[in-house]
Amino acid sequence: MTAALELDGVSVDIAGRRVVDGVSLTVAAGEVVGVVGANGCGKTTAIRGALGLIRLQTGEARLAGRPVSGLGEADRARLAGYLPQERRVGWNLPAWRVAALGAPHLPPAKARAIAMDALAEVDMTDLAERGVFDMSGGERARVLLARLLATGAPLLIADEPAAGLDPDAQLLVADLLRARAARGGAVLVTLHDLTLAARSCDRLVVMTKGGVVATGTPRQTLSREILREAFRLDGGLIETQAGLVVAAHRQ
Amino acid sequence: MRLIAFLIIFLIAAMAVSIAFGETALTAAQYHQAFTVPGSAPGEILWSLRAPRAVAAALVGAALGLAGGVMQGLLRNPLAEPGVLGISAMSALGAAIAIAAGLAVSPGAIEIAALGGALGAGVLVVFLAARLREPPSLILFGVALSSLGGALTALVFNLSPSPIATAEVLSWLMGSVANRSWSDGLVALIPIAPGVALSAWSARGLTMLSLGEDTAALSGLPMARLRIAAVAGAALLTGAAVAMAGVIGFVGLAAPHLTRGAVSDDPARTLTPSAIVGAILLVGADLAARIIPTPEELKLGVVTALFGAPLFALIAWRASRSWRG
Repeated sequence: MTAALELDGVSVDIAGRRVVDGVSLTVAAGEVVGVVGANGCGKTTAIRGALGLIRLQTGEARLAGRPVSGLGEADRARLAGYLPQERRVGWNLPAWRVAALGAPHLPPAKARAIAMDALAEVDMTDLAERGVFDMSGGERARVLLARLLATGAPLLIADEPAAGLDPDAQLLVADLLRARAARGGAVLVTLHDLTLAARSCDRLVVMTKGGVVATGTPRQTLSREILREAFRLDGGLIETQAGLVVAAHRQ
Repeated sequence: MRLIAFLIIFLIAAMAVSIAFGETALTAAQYHQAFTVPGSAPGEILWSLRAPRAVAAALVGAALGLAGGVMQGLLRNPLAEPGVLGISAMSALGAAIAIAAGLAVSPGAIEIAALGGALGAGVLVVFLAARLREPPSLILFGVALSSLGGALTALVFNLSPSPIATAEVLSWLMGSVANRSWSDGLVALIPIAPGVALSAWSARGLTMLSLGEDTAALSGLPMARLRIAAVAGAALLTGAAVAMAGVIGFVGLAAPHLTRGAVSDDPARTLTPSAIVGAILLVGADLAARIIPTPEELKLGVVTALFGAPLFALIAWRASRSWRG
């Protein structure tokens, strides 16, 4: 079966500097793949390259087997939904209108119904009519996640969806993305919380300095050696009743 | 819909008042005569002088209000207005060149030159908008184009052999809808109609842009074309407004702000009410320009700036509370 997303030796230069260097990864239907790595290691740029938002110097990005560079705007949106890291909203739109922007092609009543369902998923039904400027950063993040869910795309790509959220909301985000995968969706997510990544992702891609240093299950990739190389941390995975925990300290 | 119906009624009332009142006070008998015998002297005042003038003011105001709404949506910037990308300045330059070249005597020459300037700038800005997706870079180019237009207009003054031409250009730039005929209004519709159509088509793209360029690019909407439609539509509307009435500030900036709150900030749904509010503002400003007793009739651009600036400061003060959040 064709993977929802394939990156094949992708490199991206920004202002003459190689920011992403020969990254290859795949995300298949039914799995949550996490991209982890220190700040500035190229996670966001790799994702933007995967979606055709930035020009690739080398390699190819494919959505459902089709090169992203050859896809029209409508086809690309049908194959992938994207939640950028940047959470600025230009105007004080009510939450449900933001969520409804996930389904711009549907008639307004249908889009609203989908938006309300998505807001219910992120536990924001009560604030559906509230303007996004009148919310906390975490609440706004959940509204934007609802918009991503409302796209209903077979591949969801979320850049730092858990950043700035309280612990309960972080686990909610992880559960929602897992639920999408369980229903046959493909999910690519970047996370900074390694414990959250270890618990919620089927596979992890560890990046450092623009390249991939490890790909595999959390147990395989969050080894002592990789933690040292990619995060400059001393530590490792601990098995607990509540799941895996990454415990580490600075070198 | 209720909001739009209310605004339309308000606009019709404003135009009725604008037609009924003016420098020449009419008696009840004269009003009666104007309605029964349109060819009579009072009829001429109402139907050949004031009515086309009120329509011209409404058209220009609507074009500016709509263009302002489109620009604020496209650039996600509450400070954007129709002239932000340099269209007004280049349009004014076109008019200044035509006046300085002595073309003012040929009917329609100034208007065509102004529209030509706007279209030239519009093509350039569309070209840039297709390449620069981030609003700040587009705004910076607009500032540069505005400055260039202003500098070249100053150069026209500088090189103009006759101070009369300079005075004429200055007076034209201050904006007016005096002495507009019905045919002027019809001619203005030629650029306004496609401008409205392009703006309306771009509307859903403007709402999507609230979430940023990357989200919009992945939304499935034809964003590349919608962005170009927005810029081209706003350029046509702005050019038409400048060609018809000179450079008129504040209407395009204030109209979207006056309406945004009533449509829960949605840039797409701001457009129609913003156009109608722009028309109301300019019909009102033109009425004020005519009835405020001054030795010389006040220029429209002067009135909108005089009343608009304090009003706008007030709006900005109130709105700033939400922007600060």
